[in-house]
Formats: sequence, C-alpha cells, structure tokens
Amino acid sequence: MGATVAVVRFPGTNCEFDVVEAVESLGGQAQIVFHDETSLGGADAVVVAGGFAHGDYLRPGAIARFSPVMAAVTEFAADGGPVVGICNGFQVLTEANLLPGALQKNAGLKFKCQMADLVVASSDSVLTSQAQVGDVLRIPINHFEGNYTCSPETLAELRGDDRIVVRYAENPNGSVDDIAGICNEGRNVVGLMPHPERACNELLGSVDGRVMLGSLLAAAGARV
Amino acid sequence: MIFDVTVEVRLRPGIADPQGATIERALPALGFDGVQDVKVGKSIRFTIDAESETAAFAEVEDLCHRFLTNPVIEDSVVTIAAGASA
Repeated sequence: MGATVAVVRFPGTNCEFDVVEAVESLGGQAQIVFHDETSLGGADAVVVAGGFAHGDYLRPGAIARFSPVMAAVTEFAADGGPVVGICNGFQVLTEANLLPGALQKNAGLKFKCQMADLVVASSDSVLTSQAQVGDVLRIPINHFEGNYTCSPETLAELRGDDRIVVRYAENPNGSVDDIAGICNEGRNVVGLMPHPERACNELLGSVDGRVMLGSLLAAAGARV
Repeated sequence: MIFDVTVEVRLRPGIADPQGATIERALPALGFDGVQDVKVGKSIRFTIDAESETAAFAEVEDLCHRFLTNPVIEDSVVTIAAGASA
C-alpha cells in the first residue's frame, strides 16, 4: 500500500484531478477531500490544489481559509504532516497563516501561462528532498496573482533559515528574490505557484514535477 | 444601535495595482491628460449592531484585520455613521 494524499477541493478548485492523476502515476493513492469536511480521512499528506477557491472573492484564499477542512489541515501541519499548496493552494496557505507573506498581482499586469525553469534553492523540504540544490526543473505556471511579497524582516528570515525552496531562473511575475516557493519553519509545509502536477507526464512536455511529488510521497510514506 | 459602515480597502504603497495602471493608461486617449495616480480599491458596506460607535469601530477594525484585508498587501479606512440605512 502506498501513501495516501488528501487533495483538498474547495468550490472553484480546478486542479484536483490533475494532482490525483499525478500522485497515482507515481504509485501513491489520492483522495479528494471536500472543503466542508472536518477530517482528512487518515491521509499521510495533503495537497491544497489550484483553481479559484470560492471564486477568489474578496482575495484569493480569503474565504477558503475559514473552511472546516482548513482546521484539519492546520492541525495536520502542526503535527508535522506534509502539506503542499500549489498556485491557489499557496495563496490559501498564506491566508491561513501557515506560510508567511502574500501573493500580489503579477508585475507587468499579465496573466502568465507558460513553462518556467525553477532552480531548486533548498532540498530540505517535503517537496524537494529528492532534488539537489541547483537542479533546474521545468514546471508550468498559470496565474495572475503569483507575485510573492513579504516584509523585509520575513524575507531575511526566509533567506537566513534556507526556507526559499525554489526560485525562478527568469522571474516571470516580479516575485521578490525570484521566489517561486517557500516552506514553513518545520519544512513540512510548502507553497509554490508553479504546477508540478502538470509536469508528470512526457505528453505534457516535462516530467520534472515527478521529483517534487515523489519527494512528497516519500515524506508521506514516512508517516504510513 | 445600528451603524452604517463603509470599509475602503486600499492596496498598500508599492503593491502592484494593474487595474489602476490600466485605467491611467487609457485616460489620454479620452482627453483626460491631467489625471494621475489612479488607484483602484474596494468599498465594502454593511451595518453593524453595537452598543456605541467606539464599540462598533473596534469590532470593524478586528474584522478588517482578520478577514476583509490582508495586512501584508492591504490597508483599510473605516467610516462609521449612526442610523440605520434604508
């Protein structure tokens, strides 16, 4: 039996089945968990998938963070459980204070939908443990509000604690310090704007997402 | 007492405002050459039942901080007026 990944689905989430497909292609099991559920069903890892949770009303992630399932995700994260927020999921995790900072609208005022080269900045996270620092991963991005920002103090902390997980090789959206993804102090919660689940099949032009979701499955497996 | 509340949510200085920038770029074509520094925010209106204006203000400030704004990127300006709205 492989590890089980709970894939959180809010009204408006639209990447949950891509995550399920990618996890299963890597030998893991996946189950969709709806926003109004209070339990993660004993899952060994959580992915907060991308989309437009609650229509992005008010702000991306602002309504979603109050969903019953987020209490379970917060508890799971506090217990050291691996949690990854992808794209809109990253926005949800910042709104839920599981990760610092915020995602503002892209510099250049454009929605970005393209392949991006990500440079692994830390291999000490649940999403990059099987990668090497300096590895370049080709992973698609698809967002309008992916421009990571935070206070200078938070940025200094992220840098000092090696919590910047992946950086863009060529900054597409104006993110401070080219940040594409970060992790929490415990290194078990990771948020990133790019979509590793869309880079797990050769038909999609890249399989570089496998090392990320493979890392997550390894972290999940350690909890089975 | 019922108070009418208006919360204006503004992007903090330095935060990207693509809507404001796009509006500003369109203005010269319409002949509005003197309009500058366009900023787009949100106006959220509601009523609140509270014992006093001070109490209402405190509750709205808390609401702004915890939900209506993201303090990392947004500020809010709260206006409170006594009297139920129609």
